Amino acid sequence: MFLSSLLLALRAIRRNLMRSFLTILGIVIGVSAVITMVTLGNGATRVVSDQIASLGSNLVMVRPGQRLGPGRDSAGAPRFKVSDAEVIQTQISGLNAVAPSTNRSVTVVYGANNWSTAITGSTDAYFTVGNWRLAGGRVFTESEQRAGKAVCVIGETVRRELFGQLPALGGELRVSNFSCEVIGVLASKGQSAMGMDQDDTIVMPLRTLQRRLTGNQDVNTILVSVVDSSRTDQVMADLRSLLRERRKIAASEDDNFSILDTRQIAETLTGTTKVMTMLLGAVAAVSLLVGGIGIMNIMLVSVTERTREIGIRLAIGALEREVLLQFLVEAVALSALGGIIGIILATLASIGLAGVMQVPFLFDPAINLLAFLFSAAIGVIFGYFPARRAARLDPIEALRHE
Amino acid sequence: MNATPSPPAPLPSAGEGNESLIELRDVTKTYGQGTAEFQALRGVNLRIEPGEFVAVMGPSGSGKSTAMNILGCLDNPTSGAYVFRGLHVEQLSRNQRALLRRYYLGFVFQGFNLLARTTALENVELPLVYRGEPRVARHARAREALDAVGLRQWEKHTPAELSGGQQQRVAIARAIVTSPTILLADEPTGNLDTQRSHEIMDLLVALNRDRGITVLMVTHEPDMARYAKRIIHFLDGRVSSDHRNGEKP
Repeated sequence: MFLSSLLLALRAIRRNLMRSFLTILGIVIGVSAVITMVTLGNGATRVVSDQIASLGSNLVMVRPGQRLGPGRDSAGAPRFKVSDAEVIQTQISGLNAVAPSTNRSVTVVYGANNWSTAITGSTDAYFTVGNWRLAGGRVFTESEQRAGKAVCVIGETVRRELFGQLPALGGELRVSNFSCEVIGVLASKGQSAMGMDQDDTIVMPLRTLQRRLTGNQDVNTILVSVVDSSRTDQVMADLRSLLRERRKIAASEDDNFSILDTRQIAETLTGTTKVMTMLLGAVAAVSLLVGGIGIMNIMLVSVTERTREIGIRLAIGALEREVLLQFLVEAVALSALGGIIGIILATLASIGLAGVMQVPFLFDPAINLLAFLFSAAIGVIFGYFPARRAARLDPIEALRHE
Repeated sequence: MNATPSPPAPLPSAGEGNESLIELRDVTKTYGQGTAEFQALRGVNLRIEPGEFVAVMGPSGSGKSTAMNILGCLDNPTSGAYVFRGLHVEQLSRNQRALLRRYYLGFVFQGFNLLARTTALENVELPLVYRGEPRVARHARAREALDAVGLRQWEKHTPAELSGGQQQRVAIARAIVTSPTILLADEPTGNLDTQRSHEIMDLLVALNRDRGITVLMVTHEPDMARYAKRIIHFLDGRVSSDHRNGEKP
């Protein structure tokens, strides 16, 4: 049924190759933009979820104040203390490690080099909880933590920026107003979910940080690692009731702290990336629509130009619906061709850009198929009006047309 | 296009006791409305029998082109009846008339009206495509038709590569490829020089004689009308004379 119409359409397209190409340019750009955006977005989402997985699958984060994000202010909520972490450790079962931690931004100096980074004060449990491994040296000992000794473990980025080719272990960093001995270097973890460099970090004993930098006993975050991830929900419920009790929250009051597990963090962050992907895809889809209007425009020109041809076909005995089908198939063939070229371009562009953006190239058959079907549908929608105009021509008038 | 409706043949016989191929009964055609109203045909009665070769003559505005459009099922009369093999064409829908054209009529135009940038063979094949004929049979029949007009070796050429006379031959091949009952030719020699004109007329005469195709031809050249067996004159929307060739009008 369609075959002869299709051959006819392809011949008409080939006859006017340059114009056909310009006609479908809009569709090509639209399809390739949509697919590229979504493919790269999928890659970025994958990066985010991989990074979160690298945090450790059984991680639970306890912070003062309500959930991050707009609306609630966490400033008024009382901070945690080290004792909170100790109570959690002793009173809740099924825990692998509990790491109270506090962060500070500082500039560190070594020799002539200086570098702005974030310092985390925590216990040795921090390395367990955060899935950190050492590239060299050691983590701090129990006694160093208790004494608040000025020792630190540095991330790969800090090591590179400050020491370069020099050996880092045993080096004395100048942090604010004290100096601190490098006892370990962390194995690289790469970029984080938010696009931050996770290796741009320094870890020192919590007590050292509290005494020498923050000057108070506060703990920003308590990181908890659960032994069995299937029991995470139970642990979170236990944590909640324990903390409500310790913070003397009445039954009618809301929590003034929040407990998040990795899954929730992952959902929040990948959710953001997904929304961005959808937005970019939607913007790109507008160009598809513009491409469709371009097709309608050219098809109308084509119908006018080929009035005589239509007249001949009608005189010879073509039915209205046969002429309609001919022009409709031509429009769909044009737009589908644009869709196919768009898919090829998008694949090339995605592979190239994925390399530049350092996200994996994830071929998504669904979005490719969807974009292709959408472009074909655009051919039907925007090709129908010109095709109907062609089919309704009066053969006598059409034959007289110059 | 393979979903073509099957041919409407055999046409029902009206059983009115006449054997005419074509009959116009008191046909009128009016264009426009009110003061702009123009009566192109003012009551035309005409009978054409199978196998005739009719030349239709008359000055511009005499209604001959309008009559040809109606006879060619391209247009419907304002009033009156057009009976084709007992079938009342004036009662048919646009699509039904298209099917009549597809299965019974062949057209040749003054301006040739071939598809540009399309080979002679493909042009000739076109009516067979709409008939849903399979590819191989289509090629064979189209070549046969090109053979009949003496252009077998030109089948790969596009209209731009052919002379006017050759183009008109391709157009004739396209018109006869379906073995139509009637061939309608609207000033077929209007764009050709004298020698080519006579060649085209010889071809039409041969088709009429050898294949029994009824030929209806509009012309304003008496030289060309002389090839016909019967000459009808139109004047002011009426048939002013209708006589056998050679007889005194």
